[in-house]
Amino acid sequence: MIKGGYMGKILRVNLTNGSIDIENINDSWARKYIGGRGYGTRIIMEEVDPKIDPLSEDNKVVIATGPLCSTMAPSSGRVMVITKGALNGAIACSNSGGHFGPELKRAGFDAVIIEGKAPNPVYLWINKNGIELRSAEHLWGKYTNETDEIMKKETHPEARTMEIGPAGEKLSLIANVMFDGHRAAGRTGVGAVVGSKNLKGIVVRGYLGVKVADKDAFLKACYKTRDILSKDAFSGGGGAKYGTAMLVNVINGVGGLPTRNAHDAYFPEAEKISGEMLTKKNLVRNEGCDSCPIACGRVTEIRDGKYKGEHGTGPEYESIWAFGAMCGVSDLNAIVMANYLCDRYGLDTISAGSTVACAMDLYESGYIPKEDVPFELKFGSPDALVESIRLMGEQNTEFGRLLAQGSYRLAEYYGHPEFSMSVKKQEFPAYDPRAIKGIGLEYATSNRGACHVRGYTVAAEVLGNVDRLKYEGKAELAKTFQDLTAALDSTGICLFTTFGLIGKNIAELYSAATGFECDETEFMRIGERIWNMERLFNIKAGFTKKDDTLPPRMLKEPIQTGPSKGEVEQLDKMLSDYYKVRGWDENGIPTKEKLKELEIEDLA
Amino acid sequence: MVKGGVSMKLLSIDISKCTGCRACEYACSFAHTGEFNPLDSRIHINEFLDDFVFIPSVCTQCEDAYCVGVCPTHALTKNRETGVVEYDPNKCIVCKQCVIACPWGSIKLDHTGEKIIKCDLCGGDPECVKVCQAKALKFVEVEDVVLDKQHRNAVYYKEIVSAGGDTS
Repeated sequence: MIKGGYMGKILRVNLTNGSIDIENINDSWARKYIGGRGYGTRIIMEEVDPKIDPLSEDNKVVIATGPLCSTMAPSSGRVMVITKGALNGAIACSNSGGHFGPELKRAGFDAVIIEGKAPNPVYLWINKNGIELRSAEHLWGKYTNETDEIMKKETHPEARTMEIGPAGEKLSLIANVMFDGHRAAGRTGVGAVVGSKNLKGIVVRGYLGVKVADKDAFLKACYKTRDILSKDAFSGGGGAKYGTAMLVNVINGVGGLPTRNAHDAYFPEAEKISGEMLTKKNLVRNEGCDSCPIACGRVTEIRDGKYKGEHGTGPEYESIWAFGAMCGVSDLNAIVMANYLCDRYGLDTISAGSTVACAMDLYESGYIPKEDVPFELKFGSPDALVESIRLMGEQNTEFGRLLAQGSYRLAEYYGHPEFSMSVKKQEFPAYDPRAIKGIGLEYATSNRGACHVRGYTVAAEVLGNVDRLKYEGKAELAKTFQDLTAALDSTGICLFTTFGLIGKNIAELYSAATGFECDETEFMRIGERIWNMERLFNIKAGFTKKDDTLPPRMLKEPIQTGPSKGEVEQLDKMLSDYYKVRGWDENGIPTKEKLKELEIEDLA
Repeated sequence: MVKGGVSMKLLSIDISKCTGCRACEYACSFAHTGEFNPLDSRIHINEFLDDFVFIPSVCTQCEDAYCVGVCPTHALTKNRETGVVEYDPNKCIVCKQCVIACPWGSIKLDHTGEKIIKCDLCGGDPECVKVCQAKALKFVEVEDVVLDKQHRNAVYYKEIVSAGGDTS
């Protein structure tokens, strides 16, 4: 019996026949997988054949909240989009901040399952008067921020929205899902899956309250965790002042900032694109997601140059890196503009920036013929960056359509897939594995393709006391971060709380909210269970050990300059250690014993 | 040991600091109802996403309150000692005249539409203030309500004067 934290209901919408059903939450799944990423993945495991084409009608999308959403727990506004990802066909869970998740909960639902395909574009309107599918013909082709504005005008001014942009409609494999027109569930091409279903968006307006099991214990845990966060350098002030971009100088300072499609890992002009510079040149104010004391969101504007007058939110650290160092661009206004465009088109900024960098690399190497591109596609050109993003978003040229499929397809098309800085076809983010060894292992084994937020070992390797250049202990480190994050993503709390909080703190919040007894050990076990379940999905989808690797450039080409000069990544030993630490066989398949221990032998 | 003295505190709002996180709405509703529901919060954050500006609305405890004046059952009264416009649900007939009369929208109906809710300053220790990390909300002595604003402006003038500038 669930005592708190959950609304107890799941909404199922079949777009093919327009049916709308309300189902009860599965108590035993809630206990085993928490909510959000874990519970959503369990639904996908149950209902989606891992072998299907992710853009086919058979794929489903789960939009899930967690038991801590819509409470005073710090940074508890996450919403998760779980599906078979468009970019690589692996299990995809992409999450976003903002206020949509909590609003969905207050409408009475822990999750929404979207299935089938609407005959014509629609959006879903969820509110206390009922749930309905409405025509979205008039919204098709609109930017995400325009879509947000119109849907709110048509429903309720204080409703919350989820939407795709033109990129998702046109099935760009790096399309994201946006919330309230400015928050993104960026990675794995979830926007294309939503687009393939002719679903332009979801609008929700809640009215119910969220209960917790133990009010006193919960309130105490909320203030305890908020207090801890207020004392950390990032969550207690740095995040509000400089945003995530405060990492530009930090990561470049250790020579770990992939530069010019990772030919190097040190960007001499990093200062010009730093968080400090963004604060000085572009920041208007900071914005907080739901119930978040960190408030690292950037409200920005462009005050001079050719994009003067443009305004929006961001960029985050990863986006600055992707459009900046990775493309060799040091013009901050162009980077901010590229970020705005991606948000409007509904494109993942990390993949978009890295794809432009890959295109620049191929172009300068002579593999992309000059006649294919309407401008000089050189590293360091701010105009080439912004124009490439426009081509990618509009998809009105052959080259634009290629860009929109991400770096792997682009590089493969031009005969050099090794130019794509990706794992499992997903572009890696702003930390160079040659300079930060553990994050390389994490990229190689991440269940959704290269990604930093499946297991942020950087927290220990750069911001903490673990030697970033050593290989020993990195298998354990990657596993710990991956398991913790899988559990944390399932509660609805933000990863950034781990700048101050440990598993024990989050387990306390979760226990008090739900009434489920859960200490740190059990919390980590749930995380491990979720991680193994995701792995099982990928194995069934056809992924093997050979996919657990890094781009050859990381393994063979030494970093050229900076503090990590001469380094390459040696993955093999770390990977075999990792399989052992995970209790998997030498081919990276979870053993029967491990699955039994985690009580998921039925999922193999 | 402190003897004597008079304390009169007010909720002070610094609009420019609000990040729109809405933790205050959660803290308020939880303190008053035991559930997290912004519709039952006495404080409300108005959001303008075109410019990402967030403006809190909450009862400012009027000295000569319309809601008190219009209340036919004396459910609303001004407490001169604490400064709070107090609400007694036992006397209230939910005629909603106070909701109409309040120019600021600070007297609300709860999520059921059947109850009147208004800020009671949590009996002198407001929950919304405790949870506001951005310090947009403060509970301060009356004479300090605008002190931050005055000081911020004064710093600007100080810089001009310190540099030998002329402000006349």
